[in-house]
Amino acid sequence: MRALDRKRWRELWQMRGQAAAIALIIASGVATYIISLSTIDSLKLTQANYYQTNRFADGFVSLKRAPLALLERVQSIEGLREAEARVRAQINVEVPGFPDPVTGMLVSVPEERVSLLNQLHMVRGRRPAPDRPWEVVINEAFAEAQSLAPGDEIIGIINGRREDLAIVGIALSPEFIYQIRPGDIFPDYERYAIMWMGYRGLSVAYDMDGAFNDLVFTLNRDAEPAAVIERVDALLETYGGQGAYTRKDQLSHRYITQEIVGLEAMARIFPVIFLAFAAFLINFVTNRLIHSERDQIGVLKAFGYDNLTVGLHYVSVVLIIVLAGAVVGIGFGTWAARGLTGLYIEFFRFPRLDYVLRPDVLIVGVLVTLVAGLAGTLHAFRSAVRLSPAEAMRPETPPVYHRSLVERVLARQLLDQPSRMILRHIGRAPVKSALTALGVALSTGLVMSGNFQEDAVDYMMWSHFTLAAREDLTVTFNELAGDEAVFELAALPGVLRAEGMRAVPVRFRYGNRSYRSAIQGYGPDAELHRLVDASQDPIRPPPAGLVLTSYLGEEILGVRPGDTVTVEVLTGRRPVIDVPVAGFVDEYIGISGYMELESLNRIMREGHVVTGGFLAIDSAEQPRVFDELMRRPGVAAIAMRSQSIESFYESFAETILIFTFVNTLLAGTIAFGAVYNSARIALAERSRELASLRVLGFTRGEIAYILVGELMLLVVIGIGFGFFVGRGICALFAEAISSDIYRVPLVLEPSTYTSGAAVVLASGVISSMVIKRRLDRLDLVQVLKTRE
Amino acid sequence: MNDGHEAIFVAHDLTKVYRVGEVEVHALRGVDVQLFAGEFLVLLGASGSGKSTLLNILGGLDTPTAGTVRFDDIDLTGASEAELTEYRRHSVGFVFQFYNLIPSLTARENVSIVTEIAREPMAPEEALGMVDLQERMDHFPAQLSGGEQQRVAIARAIAKRPRVLLCDEPTGALDSQTGVRVLQALARVNEEYGTATAVITHNASIADMADRVLFMSDGRISGERRNDERKPPTEITW
Repeated sequence: MRALDRKRWRELWQMRGQAAAIALIIASGVATYIISLSTIDSLKLTQANYYQTNRFADGFVSLKRAPLALLERVQSIEGLREAEARVRAQINVEVPGFPDPVTGMLVSVPEERVSLLNQLHMVRGRRPAPDRPWEVVINEAFAEAQSLAPGDEIIGIINGRREDLAIVGIALSPEFIYQIRPGDIFPDYERYAIMWMGYRGLSVAYDMDGAFNDLVFTLNRDAEPAAVIERVDALLETYGGQGAYTRKDQLSHRYITQEIVGLEAMARIFPVIFLAFAAFLINFVTNRLIHSERDQIGVLKAFGYDNLTVGLHYVSVVLIIVLAGAVVGIGFGTWAARGLTGLYIEFFRFPRLDYVLRPDVLIVGVLVTLVAGLAGTLHAFRSAVRLSPAEAMRPETPPVYHRSLVERVLARQLLDQPSRMILRHIGRAPVKSALTALGVALSTGLVMSGNFQEDAVDYMMWSHFTLAAREDLTVTFNELAGDEAVFELAALPGVLRAEGMRAVPVRFRYGNRSYRSAIQGYGPDAELHRLVDASQDPIRPPPAGLVLTSYLGEEILGVRPGDTVTVEVLTGRRPVIDVPVAGFVDEYIGISGYMELESLNRIMREGHVVTGGFLAIDSAEQPRVFDELMRRPGVAAIAMRSQSIESFYESFAETILIFTFVNTLLAGTIAFGAVYNSARIALAERSRELASLRVLGFTRGEIAYILVGELMLLVVIGIGFGFFVGRGICALFAEAISSDIYRVPLVLEPSTYTSGAAVVLASGVISSMVIKRRLDRLDLVQVLKTRE
Repeated sequence: MNDGHEAIFVAHDLTKVYRVGEVEVHALRGVDVQLFAGEFLVLLGASGSGKSTLLNILGGLDTPTAGTVRFDDIDLTGASEAELTEYRRHSVGFVFQFYNLIPSLTARENVSIVTEIAREPMAPEEALGMVDLQERMDHFPAQLSGGEQQRVAIARAIAKRPRVLLCDEPTGALDSQTGVRVLQALARVNEEYGTATAVITHNASIADMADRVLFMSDGRISGERRNDERKPPTEITW
């Protein structure tokens, strides 16, 4: 079959532009699929390996104080495998040359040996030495944000005393992959430090010698976690235990997992849409491509080639294009996925990267495009061989046209002949036209869904920080304080207003559903920190009953206003009470329960107390306010609203935006591929007709109008539908990545619509230019001579 | 029987009705025709008289609505797709009015695409030699004149050594001078290999080079003429 082989290669070369456009679509589809899925797989694997290598604990509990001797009883708890006792303390830190307040978390590590659990991964330097009490290891994110290195010193304020802390090492820990200061919603690496110090030094400094206030443990493989938690809680109750919890409630793990789940949702939706779209396009394009070959199929058959041989010939043409696209897609996808995984791993600060590309991901990606391409080929081929060779070689009979609907509505005079041809041609092949418009619509939607995330994030931030959390500073106290502490804050120079708040860790229970969170109590006249209802209007906490974030109420607990939920308080006397749900509030970030401060204090029966306050300050006085606050040993942490916003955009947004950029790029590629292919095929199908018009005296511009006009009309119609498609994809998306950490609102800015339209329109214009150039070079005589 | 030759084709009462868009066309209305071994037959008729339809049915490119065609012992009307393919592959060569060469293949390759699947083909070079195209074998169709393209098409048709050569307006797109060279090639093949040849044309002057002429009009055979002497193509002009 040497001549047929030659025919194949030469024709592939001849149609290389179009073949490349098809291959590009396939490459984009396969690449997106690989990038998304293998990045997620790799992140999960990396996380799992990190946890295993560094022996991340299964259970965690904080308590007031217990003697080290209790550890033996802890270790004998059924189902518990290993336990390690530690001392943890909040600390205020001064970094030389840095004006803002920095807070930190001190965690003790054994001096004589490596920790049993939550082992440090040393990046630089060494562990604290046994005989030097003020040596610390700091976490890498903080070290980098503050440019600190082993050998540097920082000042810790421990029980009101300033101590020089010598940095001897920089480390990572599976326990603090995500480091977030109490009261914050986003990490702020510059102002929050995790520090590890030898047990002896730390316990002495905090008056915990021979005791512990924090416990981490692992479970036996077959242990029932809830049962073990119950036993741990029972044992620690008299020692001020604050309720043990498993990994799924551990802050760092929860955030990391949630973020991976969020990415995974994107990774599942996007590539499926991409791949389905690529498959659809390939089917469409190959179908029309083979259709245009029908006279050659007729010739080959006339000379005695059988259907199978001719069929395989065309299948091989499509196969080569699809496989070329798939190979490029795999190559680019693997390369980009490696890079993206690297970025995420840097972002999450995993100690190392474990890249994995599952073979089934590879196989599915290639198979879907292959099947789609072959289905398109075979469909067209079947209809071509069904014709007798004589008929296949005859020019197609003139298709039946009708006056279009638009023509019937509009006065005849309004449409010139070429415009009528456009409308009739669209009406003549409504399915083909609809498919082209659908391709355009999907492209528009894909580009829009890339931009959507930015819109949604902006809206979330606006809603949270402009409507709800309007305070300049959030102050968290070390322990309960009487409400006079709020007056004290209000009286500080530079403070314009202070409002007290109380946060109580609780577990909400309704039926068999439960969720560990907190109840926050605000004053009835709170102005700085407000609750916002579904229509984004501020509301006051009710005088009685509980208000829940609607996600917590509706999705997690499944309650309705009027129902009663059980609240298990995880601190103090640990009361368990039933509280009616008064209503829901709509929040995009975090979830919680809310009560009026007074009714919360009534439940807790600990007097009129607060755990912190919200401040509005005069920005000119900010350094003074910080200075005053830092000097108070009761102040555990200070969070700045402007800093939260900034650090959010620096970190969280960055990862999302990388993903978005990749997707937009690929969506643009697909958009171009879709429009360009439609245009090229239309050109091939109609060049005879258009050449005839040229012979009749039409100008180049006029015949270009017939083809380009139709293309652009379909593009414009497609973009219109694309707006709805885009909104649909975004809704799907918002739903999929919403979690207890954040909910994504379906907000689409006008700019998102315009950019979706612009990318597709640009593809349309570029394709039109290519078509125009080809039409200008149309050889009239040659075209008319080939037949009849 | 005709001059003692056996009939290769026997077509009986052929009818063909097909639809063009919304119009029903009666292309053949009960045609009886025979073609004998070694014979050079010209089917003469105006455009739309049904001659192309008849040729396509004889060549197994199309099927009649009613009637029968036999080629030797094969009943073409009842033949399966595979039998028809086999028949086209080995027994019949086609020459079309618009050449239908494969544009991506050279002259030589356009011939070998057929010789590669035939049973006892001649070399592509030999076939091209028959039509005096040895010099232009490696040219692509776009680099050849219309007459040259048609001669490639003839070479392609005869290279498989078919029993019968079916030509649909082979000179229809050519001027007289070029057309004559094409006719010469056809006559030479007919004489040297004894290939039964049927040529359809609306050009009455070509009829003079045939053994036998059938006149077609309105889907029927309207007359028959036997030439006692075949005129050489060089003496034909139009």
